[in-house]
Amino acid sequence: MALHRGRGFAAINYPIGMNLGGDPSQALIHSNPDGKFTVALSAIDLGQGMKSVTRQIAAETLGVPVEDVYVDTADSDTGPHDMGSFASRGTHRMGNAVIMAAREARAVMLEAAAEELEVDASDLVTDGRGNIHVRGAPGRSITTLAAAQAAQFKQGRTIAGRGIFLIPLSDVDPDTGEMTPVSTFAHAAMLVEVEVDDETGEVTVTDMKSAYEVGRALNPRLVEQQLRGGAWMGMSHAAWETTEPYYPQRDHGPVDFNTYLMPGPGDLAPHHISILERPAEDGPYGGKGPGEMCANPVLPAVVNAIYDAVGVRIDELPATPEKILRGLKAQGGAKPKKRL
Amino acid sequence: MAMKPVTFTLNTEAKAAFTEDGQNLLDFLRRGAGDLSPKYGCGQGTCGACTVLVDGEPHLSCLVLAETVQGRRVETTAGLGQARPHALQEAFMERFAAQCGYCTPGMLMSAKALLDRNPRPSREEVIEAIAGNLCRCTGYEPIIAAILDVAEGRIRA
Repeated sequence: MALHRGRGFAAINYPIGMNLGGDPSQALIHSNPDGKFTVALSAIDLGQGMKSVTRQIAAETLGVPVEDVYVDTADSDTGPHDMGSFASRGTHRMGNAVIMAAREARAVMLEAAAEELEVDASDLVTDGRGNIHVRGAPGRSITTLAAAQAAQFKQGRTIAGRGIFLIPLSDVDPDTGEMTPVSTFAHAAMLVEVEVDDETGEVTVTDMKSAYEVGRALNPRLVEQQLRGGAWMGMSHAAWETTEPYYPQRDHGPVDFNTYLMPGPGDLAPHHISILERPAEDGPYGGKGPGEMCANPVLPAVVNAIYDAVGVRIDELPATPEKILRGLKAQGGAKPKKRL
Repeated sequence: MAMKPVTFTLNTEAKAAFTEDGQNLLDFLRRGAGDLSPKYGCGQGTCGACTVLVDGEPHLSCLVLAETVQGRRVETTAGLGQARPHALQEAFMERFAAQCGYCTPGMLMSAKALLDRNPRPSREEVIEAIAGNLCRCTGYEPIIAAILDVAEGRIRA
C-alpha cells in the first residue's frame, strides 16, 4: 500500500463567444450634467469584474478618467440587449460594443467642446484627466464637465453613443460542414502533480503550474483572480464534483452540500500562474476572455497525472476513489508509468 | 403563532424585536431586525454564509433559535467598518478575496472570530477557521492570504 506520484499535462484552446446564433451585445453611453458618463448594458457581472473592465474600456475610449464612468447594468427591462455572461464572451463582445458606443459619444463631446473653444473638433485631444485641449496648445482647453454642461444647457446636444457587436451568423457549408463558429480563441497549458493512494483510491492534487494566453490582460489582477478561482473549480470537477455519480441511474446523487463534495480551503494545491499576453486583433484593446478556460485544462491534466501515477485511465469524471480502486483492481494493482 | 420579544445587542446597538415560535436567528436578523448582511445559503448549516458571532463565538445563524440570543450580543458584517473599513475588509479588497460576494459576510465573521481569540494564527489555523464556509469563486487562496495579511500585520485598519 503506497502513495504514487504522477505528473500530467494538458493544453487546450477555448473559443470566445458562440456566434452560430450571431451572439450580439449592445451598449449605450450618455454624459450627465456633472460631466460623468453612464454606460447602460444588460451584460451581467457575476463577480468576474465585468463592470470594472467596462469602466476601463469606456474611459479609455472616451478619454476621461475611469472615476468618471458609471456602469448601470443587469436590468434587462431597461438596458439594451445582451446575450448574457457565458462562453467567456463578456469582455470581448460587450467590450467591443462599449468601444463603438464610446467613440460615438466622444465625437459629440469633442464637437461640443469645439463649439465652445471655436476650433475644429478634429484638432482636439483628451488628456484622460478630464480635460479637452487643442492639439499642441494645452492652454486652450475646456473640461469635460464644461463641455457636457454646454452641450446640455446651451447647445442642445446629446453627448451619447450607441454600440453593438455582432458577428454575422455563420453559414454551414452543406457539403463540407465547414463553418466559422467562433471569432477568437484563448489558450492554456497546465502541468499538474498528483498523489494517488492505492489503498483508499484518493487523489490529491499537490501542484499546478499553468500558462494562460488571454489576449491582452485588460485588468491583470482580475485576470489572476479568474484563473486562480477557475483552476480550483477545474480541480474540483476533476476529482470531486458530480450530480450524477452513477449516470444514467440517479442513485446516490447528492442533494445538499453534505453530499455534494468539493475541495475546501484545506485541500488546495499551490498554483503557479503565468499570464501570456498576445493582444487579439478583434478584441477590445486586445482582450479575449479568461472565463471558462480557467477550469478546462485542469481536468485532462489531472486524469493524465493519475495515469502516470498508477496506470489507471479514467474516462469518466470525476476521478472518484471508487473509480480509481476499480481500475486498480482490474489491472492487478498500481502500475506506474516509466519516467522519461 | 405566539410572538415573543427578544432584546439583544446587534453590533453596537441595543435592539428589541419580536420572534415567532421556532424562528431561526438568520430569519430573525433579516426580517425582524432588518439586518440583511447575513446570507441565506443552504438553511441547514453546511455553507457558512449565515455565520454571525454570538458573544464572540461564531454560530451558523440558520441553526440557532432566535430566542436564545435574549440578552446576548450578536455581531454581523453590517457592524464591521462603520466608520472606516475593518482591516479584514481592507485585506479582502486588496487580495481580491471576493467575487460574487455571497460567502463574504460569513467568511468575514469566521475570520473575525478567529482573530479576536487568536490574533496571530498560523495558515493551518486560518484554514480550520474557514473550513465551514463554502466559496465557489475564489479558490479560497485569496481569502486565506487576506486573513493572514491582517494576522501578520501587513494590513491594519
